[in-house]
Amino acid sequence: MLKKFFKKLKKDEENMNEVEQSQETNSDSIEESSNLKKEEKCITTQILDSSDKSPSFFNKLKSGLLKTRQGITEKIDSLLKSYGKVDEELLEELEEILIMSDVGMDTTLKIIERLRTEISSRKITDTSEVKSVLKEILKELLQTSKSNDLDISTPPSIILVIGVNGVGKTTSIGKLAHNLRSKGKKVLLAAGDTFRAAAIDQLKIWGDRVGVNVIHHQEGSDPAAIIFDAIQAAKARKIDVLICDTAGRLHNKKNLMNELSKVFKIVDREFSEAKKEVLLVLDATTGQNAIRQAQTFKEVADITGIILTKLDGTAKGGVILGITSELDIPVKLIGIGEGMEDLQPFEPNEFVEALLSEN
Amino acid sequence: MVFEGLAEKLQNTLQKLKGKGKLSEKDVKNAMREVKLALLEADVNYKVVKDFIKKITQRSVGQEVLESLTPGQQVIKIVNDELTSLMGGTQSKILFASKPPTIIMLAGLQGAGKTTTGGKLAGQLKKTGKRPLLVACDVYRPAAIKQLHVVGEQLEIPVFSMGDKVNPVNIAKAGIEHAKKYGNDVVIIDTAGRLHIDENLMEELKNIKVEVKPHEIMLVVDAMTGQDAVNVAETFNSQLGIDGIILTKLDGDTRGGAALSVRAVTGKPIKYVGVGEKLTDLEPFYPDRMASRILGMGDVLSLIEKAQASFDESKLKKLEKKIKNQDFNLEDFLDQLQQMKNMGPLSQILEMMPGVNNKQLKNLQIDDKELVHIEAIIQSMTPEERKNPSIIKASRRKRIAKGSGTTVQAVNKLLKQFEQTRKMMKQLSDMEKGMKKGGRFKIPFF
Ligand SMILES: Nc1nc2c(ncn2[C@@H]2O[C@H](COP(=O)(O)OP(=O)(O)O)[C@@H](O)[C@H]2O)c(=O)[nH]1
Ligand SMILES: [Mg+2]
Repeated sequence: MLKKFFKKLKKDEENMNEVEQSQETNSDSIEESSNLKKEEKCITTQILDSSDKSPSFFNKLKSGLLKTRQGITEKIDSLLKSYGKVDEELLEELEEILIMSDVGMDTTLKIIERLRTEISSRKITDTSEVKSVLKEILKELLQTSKSNDLDISTPPSIILVIGVNGVGKTTSIGKLAHNLRSKGKKVLLAAGDTFRAAAIDQLKIWGDRVGVNVIHHQEGSDPAAIIFDAIQAAKARKIDVLICDTAGRLHNKKNLMNELSKVFKIVDREFSEAKKEVLLVLDATTGQNAIRQAQTFKEVADITGIILTKLDGTAKGGVILGITSELDIPVKLIGIGEGMEDLQPFEPNEFVEALLSEN
Repeated sequence: MVFEGLAEKLQNTLQKLKGKGKLSEKDVKNAMREVKLALLEADVNYKVVKDFIKKITQRSVGQEVLESLTPGQQVIKIVNDELTSLMGGTQSKILFASKPPTIIMLAGLQGAGKTTTGGKLAGQLKKTGKRPLLVACDVYRPAAIKQLHVVGEQLEIPVFSMGDKVNPVNIAKAGIEHAKKYGNDVVIIDTAGRLHIDENLMEELKNIKVEVKPHEIMLVVDAMTGQDAVNVAETFNSQLGIDGIILTKLDGDTRGGAALSVRAVTGKPIKYVGVGEKLTDLEPFYPDRMASRILGMGDVLSLIEKAQASFDESKLKKLEKKIKNQDFNLEDFLDQLQQMKNMGPLSQILEMMPGVNNKQLKNLQIDDKELVHIEAIIQSMTPEERKNPSIIKASRRKRIAKGSGTTVQAVNKLLKQFEQTRKMMKQLSDMEKGMKKGGRFKIPFF
């Protein structure tokens, strides 16, 4: 269900892109080409930008949502309907839904506590109102002090992608490269995972697939040296965005720290003029361990955002609520499949809907 | 350690019960609520937890428990029993076919660790005298085939592949033929990661199953999986029929609740666990031992096995004597260190010691790299200094620091640690005396 839901959204977005594109080509003939270039650039950086969407996007999204809404909120709706009144038992059932979505005990208890307070202060007696209050609370938890958009507006920028093994770093890099490139950005990739067998080849294949160059050394070589080379190449080639892959070593925190802090030092020293994004990739299938992952990486890196992958499965990724609220790191992108198009901006509304839905 | 929070919370909860001479139903209920929270926090599935708690509560509030002289102990025993059975009772091994090759197929979600695990498993089987063949059926993920080849090369195990343009069913079939021809008695089929709800790809696995009839279909599950673990395991099991589970990434500070969930919903045993990034980091899974470890009862059996596998028997005898006579010196310490390294990371070894609980472990930041420094420091000492560390005064410390490329602080720290170790060894040897009745065992631990 979730997969359909996100895929549906994706379709809508694609349609929307087409619409925009055709509008653009229409105006093509009238406007001067230099002007057009500028405008094109403007639009392109905003696609991954949820803040500044054209009205058509919202409308499409809304109608898309409307169609799926019936199915997705069934679970909580039928639950709420079956309860005549707002009582402890109902709260307990809601607690169960949250825990089953990987929200985790701590955060769930906090949410239920808040809900209880709101219910009594607003004197809510109607079960259907409970739902909207709950959604408000959840959305608030997803809200951080930072923006949910990637900040790569002024070139050059560098994006470092970190996270444990198998969460989808390399794949997300491939998708992101594709996304940025199709918007006219000059993208370069750096194969900084020199630890996992064939990780470099994996990134190279992605590079070929999406038409982006990859800077790499050999397996086992020093990641910091690769990042150094990639930065020099990015400067020489006047690259807009350099995206760096890294090894996901969770086994040994010390190794991980050493490796990453060395990389960050190089970036700060060699590429201080670049806008820096450090994206932590988390797998939606992961349970409460994701919090530990985020904490551990936060110790070595100024994480600027999260990519939440594998939302096309049946996992809800509820653990993210605790992470955004406790660690103040915004989710910026979500992964909904293995194809190069399967990356989307994070939409708190949809996420909350999906979280409370039946699989 | 693994099951970190769970172990700590359960131990605390049960500790409270332990001393009580009398237990009321309410005491049990309270304890059970805490057990429930601990399990949920460790990511055990909500429904599995509910069932588990119901079972223990029922057994615990029975007459014989509440009226026994040591009700607290009884409850702990019940929790231990049920936890063990939840994890699958006793160890389950891979069953080898009477007529080789034994065909093992790995399946699971994307990123679960199938390829690495396939390599690790092949490596282990090779050590026991088998001649495994790895078959690369992941034609989807970029460079997955290459990855298996690299892993195979590292382990000197042959890998069969046909590129990514051939149907995985055909690759699997051809792989088996290849094994038969070249005398490989075990075939491990690596498949692409897939979502359990991906009908096409699940169909592909079913087709492989029909064509090659694997003896063991192993579901590879990331130990960090949350509540969704039950959906995944249930679907793979009902669609494909699995024979066992391999849990990966059960290292670091993994909560590992998925271990309990997947076993509970499928009824299929966890056969192996992946415990690290090295290709040797795969271990057989012992439910009973793991349960006692979680409850802080230690895992002496594994410790002894590990020690026996990595320590030299004659040296051990000598060491035992030295400990008894209390003339254990830095020379022996160095020797121990070198043998210790064969046993695996220090933190893992400490985890298995009875009485070493989670909190203590947490405070003890153990770094295996430090061992290398320690070695260097001791090697920079004269034989006399090693035999009699008390003569190492300031100037000597400076010299040693310089010689070993470390600092005086590091040398100080080592000498202090050595003193502590000596004390700890005395404790252990006392403990050993105490345990003589129940069977002799040695702890070759510095
Ligand atoms: N279904 C699904 N699979 C994904 C997604 N992102 C990554 N994957 C898969 O997860 C596996 C591990 O991804 P990879 O990029 O190699 O992870 P890394 O170790 O973090 O670099 C691969 O099989 C990917 O195809 C996603 O959003 N959905
Ligand atoms: Mg990677």
